[in-house]
Amino acid sequence: MAKITLKNLRHAYAPNPTPEDYVLKEIDLSWQDGGAYALLGPSGCGKSTLLNIISGLLTPSDGRILFDDRDVTDLPPDQRNIAQVFQFPVIYDTMTVRDNLAFPLRNRNVNETKIAERVAEIAEMLDVTEMLDIRASHLSPDNKQKISMGRGLVRDDVNVVMFDEPLTVIDPHLKWKLRSKLKELHQRVRATMIYVTHDQTEALTFADQVVVMQAGEIVQIGSPVDLFERPQHTFVGHFIGSPGMNILPATVENGRAIFEGQPVTLEGAVKGDGGRTEIGIRPEFVSLADDGVEARVRKVSDVGRHAIVESMVGDTPVKAMVEEAHLEQGALVHLAFKPDQTRLYRDGWISTEATP
Amino acid sequence: MKTENQKAWFFVLPVLLLVAFNALIPIMTVVNYSVQETFGNNVFFWQGLDWFEQILRSDRFQAALGRQFLFTFLILIIEVPLGIIIALSMPKKGFWVPVCLVLMALPMLIPWNVVGAMWNIFALPKVGMLGYFMNDVLGVNYDMTQDPLAAWITIIVMDVWHWTSLVVLLSYAGLVSIPDAYYQAAKIDGASPWKVFRYIQLPKMKTVLTIAILLRFMDSFNIYTEPFVLTGGGPGNSTTLLSIDLVKIALGQFDLGPAAAMSLIYFAITLLVSWLFYTLMTKDDAQ
Amino acid sequence: MRKRSLIPILYILFLMLPIYWLVSMSFKTTNEILAGFSLFPQTFTLDSYVAIFTDPTWYWGYINSIIYVTLNTVISIAVALPAAYAFSRYSFLGDKQLFFWLLTNRMAPAAVFALPFFQLYSSVGLFDTHIAVALAHCLFNIPLAVWILEGFMRGVPKELDETAYVDGYSFWRFFTTIFIPNIKAGVGVAAFFCFMFSWVEMLLAKTLTAVEAKPIAATMTRTASSAGYELGLLAAAGTLTIIPGAIVIYFVRNYIAKGFALGRV
Repeated sequence: MAKITLKNLRHAYAPNPTPEDYVLKEIDLSWQDGGAYALLGPSGCGKSTLLNIISGLLTPSDGRILFDDRDVTDLPPDQRNIAQVFQFPVIYDTMTVRDNLAFPLRNRNVNETKIAERVAEIAEMLDVTEMLDIRASHLSPDNKQKISMGRGLVRDDVNVVMFDEPLTVIDPHLKWKLRSKLKELHQRVRATMIYVTHDQTEALTFADQVVVMQAGEIVQIGSPVDLFERPQHTFVGHFIGSPGMNILPATVENGRAIFEGQPVTLEGAVKGDGGRTEIGIRPEFVSLADDGVEARVRKVSDVGRHAIVESMVGDTPVKAMVEEAHLEQGALVHLAFKPDQTRLYRDGWISTEATP
Repeated sequence: MKTENQKAWFFVLPVLLLVAFNALIPIMTVVNYSVQETFGNNVFFWQGLDWFEQILRSDRFQAALGRQFLFTFLILIIEVPLGIIIALSMPKKGFWVPVCLVLMALPMLIPWNVVGAMWNIFALPKVGMLGYFMNDVLGVNYDMTQDPLAAWITIIVMDVWHWTSLVVLLSYAGLVSIPDAYYQAAKIDGASPWKVFRYIQLPKMKTVLTIAILLRFMDSFNIYTEPFVLTGGGPGNSTTLLSIDLVKIALGQFDLGPAAAMSLIYFAITLLVSWLFYTLMTKDDAQ
Repeated sequence: MRKRSLIPILYILFLMLPIYWLVSMSFKTTNEILAGFSLFPQTFTLDSYVAIFTDPTWYWGYINSIIYVTLNTVISIAVALPAAYAFSRYSFLGDKQLFFWLLTNRMAPAAVFALPFFQLYSSVGLFDTHIAVALAHCLFNIPLAVWILEGFMRGVPKELDETAYVDGYSFWRFFTTIFIPNIKAGVGVAAFFCFMFSWVEMLLAKTLTAVEAKPIAATMTRTASSAGYELGLLAAAGTLTIIPGAIVIYFVRNYIAKGFALGRV
């Protein structure tokens, strides 16, 4: 197990890159030993590239990768002691489950007694003990994916186990099962795990710390709660949560935010000036009240335990999540923004002081 | 799941009629000849299975069959591994891939007697490049019209030249269909290149290799035109393979009965061995 | 350049050497050829090609080959398309047996069929016609075409058919305007292999023709034996037989590697 540090990492696939060619722009990051991390971002944001750089399948254009204090940037994957689980299950078709699990150990000339011991242990952990002597090609996709995880976990010297959208080909009702298995595994083996996904539910349920990426850059690193409550960037606010954060064009006058001509109280003091100014507030923290911002109801949708009221303030739609709503279209309502959850963003980045 | 539909027979009817016309009538003719004796004038006498017995017992047939098996065996043992090695060392993508494939496929598109004639000239002492190189540069006494060994080597090299590309193309098709993740996983698992071949590439190439081996078996076992043009079966009978012998008996000597019996035996052996190959190679999947 | 790309390069060199030799010889004079080894033509001449293109027995051989190969390709694909569709979509009485029987014809030694084909096509009055060769080559090309096309068709989801019927397409309209365009790569590959095997096959083509439909490659061997060694002429004719194949393969270059992979065993 190891702490992973990425220093000034940049990568471009083109040989002589111009600034636009970089799919990863300046990544500085460190991951603690034994943590569960997720890399979250939309397709094409560079998260798989980053993963392949950590595993050694790609060499970065610039920057270094350290495992603990050892520089591994130039080491091939098999010398980094890492494990990776891919989007679709990679198994060795002609081998039995047992041989599949033993394969990484045999390649490293571990003695057979030790191998048998480890394989039995991992098989028990993954609930595949009764399948050990079946040809791996006959397994169902979720069991195949378990075997590819098992091949990663069987070595007791792995620095990090990486998952590259591992639930893509798994049936929805099994996804949940496999996800909890993963969480359980992490608690048992305490290996550093990095989970790459574009699915916020997967990321937020698996990880202690989530790294949100967009267009080759890290926009926020934080716990699921941080990401939800205090997005550092409007992208995070919008990407995480369902529905995403309301992003409302605003102006600042004398340290106060004005939205559609009406003053809005923010969580704290406003920093900086200039730039594109926006107010960010999650629908969860917008409520219908007796007074507040005036709005006209456009649509009410019932989503089970909540209702989402979409109303127009001037030309800007604002969503509110409420317990119950019986409102006609076009009805006049007042919206209250919960002050300590109302933030100001400049050019996308947060610019209010947090309430202590 | 496929729908049960007997009307589908109408869709296969044209194929059935055409192939039946080409296959059944000639086979019936052959069966007919194989059990009769004729002295011309369309007068036939019932002969029973005598021709079959005579053919199976004849030294000439056994020798030709032996040469045929030796030839096919050598072809498979050389072309299949060679084809796989070449496919493995080809680039996976890029500008050169289609260029390589087109150049490699070229020999397969040359009419078979041109292939024979080409190699015949190529191997001529003094005049041909190969003949010149062997005799005048290397100083080896090489003349396939005199020396059975030289004739055999030339036939084998010609077939390797002609058909190895088929194995290459098929293996290559199998190789490029392997997703990158397999290679990456193998790298991470610390697998040696040999293990990557043994546990990833070979299993993934299995289907196409089965096709390749079957096709190479059938075509090399049935080969006629190229060796006939190249050596005419000589020197002596040293390169007289089954088809060459069959045509000699049927069209050369017009011994219709024995030729027909030999045809049926020949066809039966081809089918039997193809079936054996097929069963052996697909055995694991059935389990 | 990596070391292992040496293997395909050496292999291609080995493949090109005899072809180069043939082409270079076609530009040499007979005297030069017989005088001994020379890597390049010393006195470059087009005489051999002129001889071929001015002599009807030569160039007609060329036209004959193209006629029967084209006929065969068209017939094979036309009948194989509906049959492959039936095999890929429906199960019917004897389907597996029929499929297997079709493939056994691909295994038949051509030598076995030479004499009975001669008698068969003579008795129906088709001896020495293009259609006779085209039909005879169907024996091995139809099974191959059915096999390749069936593999491609199985890759097309059945929902496509069902959607079309729901949208009110008749079967033939669906088949010709939607289904076939969907598998055009497969049709291309199948047509390529039909062309190839019909173009290269000589035993049956020679047995079934005498004058009117004689293929160029057969004309070539006769000349070689009857008129002694006119090697330059022979080489020029040989070179010309390589060209159609080279053109056809250029068109399917991107499909060729995948063609067989999609067939089934």
